[in-house]
Amino acid sequence: MNEITAPFEGLSLDCRGMKCPRPIIEIARRIGEVSVGTVVELLADDPAAGADLAAWCRMRGQTLLASNPPRFLVRRNF
Amino acid sequence: MADPVSEVFLDSSSGEPMLPDARQAWVDAQQAGWGDPARLHRPGRLAAQAMDQAREVVAAAVGARPDEVIFTASAAHSNHAAVAGLALGRRRTGSLVVTTAIDHSSVLAAAAAAGSHITVEVDHQGHVDLDRWAALVGTAGTAAACIQVANHEVGTLQPYTEAAEACQRAEVPLVLDATAALGRIELADASGWSVLTGWAGAFGGPASVGILVIKKKARWRASYPTDDYQGGRWPGIPDVPAIYAATVALDCWLRAGHAIGHRQHDLIDQLRAGITQRVPDVDVAGDPVRRVPHLLTFSALYVDGETLTLELDKAGFAVASGSACSAASEHPSHVLAAMGALTHGNVRIGLTWTTTPEEINRFLAVLPPIVAEIRVTAGVP
Repeated sequence: MNEITAPFEGLSLDCRGMKCPRPIIEIARRIGEVSVGTVVELLADDPAAGADLAAWCRMRGQTLLASNPPRFLVRRNF
Repeated sequence: MADPVSEVFLDSSSGEPMLPDARQAWVDAQQAGWGDPARLHRPGRLAAQAMDQAREVVAAAVGARPDEVIFTASAAHSNHAAVAGLALGRRRTGSLVVTTAIDHSSVLAAAAAAGSHITVEVDHQGHVDLDRWAALVGTAGTAAACIQVANHEVGTLQPYTEAAEACQRAEVPLVLDATAALGRIELADASGWSVLTGWAGAFGGPASVGILVIKKKARWRASYPTDDYQGGRWPGIPDVPAIYAATVALDCWLRAGHAIGHRQHDLIDQLRAGITQRVPDVDVAGDPVRRVPHLLTFSALYVDGETLTLELDKAGFAVASGSACSAASEHPSHVLAAMGALTHGNVRIGLTWTTTPEEINRFLAVLPPIVAEIRVTAGVP
């Protein structure tokens, strides 16, 4: 849990407690708020979040930079 | 208001509806008053004859000897017995069991219970990494390995011949899990395995009959108490009518299954193409070509699998799902996760003996608006 105590500089989406696909819908809704090349933090503790975020990045052309549940970092590519 | 009733059953992966010939055989066998096949009286001798016939059907299907065929109570029982029995027979060699990452959960559980368990990764379509497989089965201390002929969720055929050759080179016994493939593809020439497993429910026989084939030269030992039935390899009086019916179902596939299989293969091709064209943001899993004829799995992005399953049921289609929320499980399908496939919004289709092109066209018509409606309701951008 120490990984999420350091505040993230930028858009952070706290989706802990949400069931999939809700966290994936949230990042899809919000990633457009940051500029291309920017990293977004997603906090999600659903057991499917890691697999589904990786699949979403593959399908959407975004990059999953870090996957340390419940913390994930995604870079917006376009 | 009438209860929603699924008119079209597309969930043969959880059990093909009983084939009519098998059902008739089951009823006839029960009415014939067959007894304990170990008894010397006439009902006992008739039961023993039926068991002989049943063993011959399975033996011919998998290229084994009739006395190597055993009937258990389920696919899970067969897989447990297969993995645990080889691990026990080889305990002086070691306790490592090698499987793929997408084997059936019963195999993974048995492998973990045997001692140490290593899984070999699969690619995006579900094929095992053969180099890694060969390296791991060649590791000192490997007691046994297990691979599927075809995956039970996505249908992908494993390179099981090559995997078996690697096991033979390493002199490691192999469990070949044929549950999703038996009756669907030709297995009489499959070689290199020590124990083969299957399940009658997968091909339209009674769900209470598992299949376990143990080669005579395999170093397998029962990991549970046994008695005199089935050569001391599976205990208890066998349910002869159910076993007989199971092999009548298998025989139906062996005699007529090629035509059905071709039809199913084409229908899955149509489904695959139709879903990809008509539903945006869908992840269709598995090998599109090298697969069993009857299975297809896909996942719709941003869609909740439970909602999708229930809406399809209302529309008249019974399908399975590997999404956590719809599978009475906290965790999503380990198969989809290992393949890097989307696990939410998942639908698993298993065609049956009687699935028609019209049913598939209807499914392709109802699916896109259902997915679109769920996405709108969820506020998908």
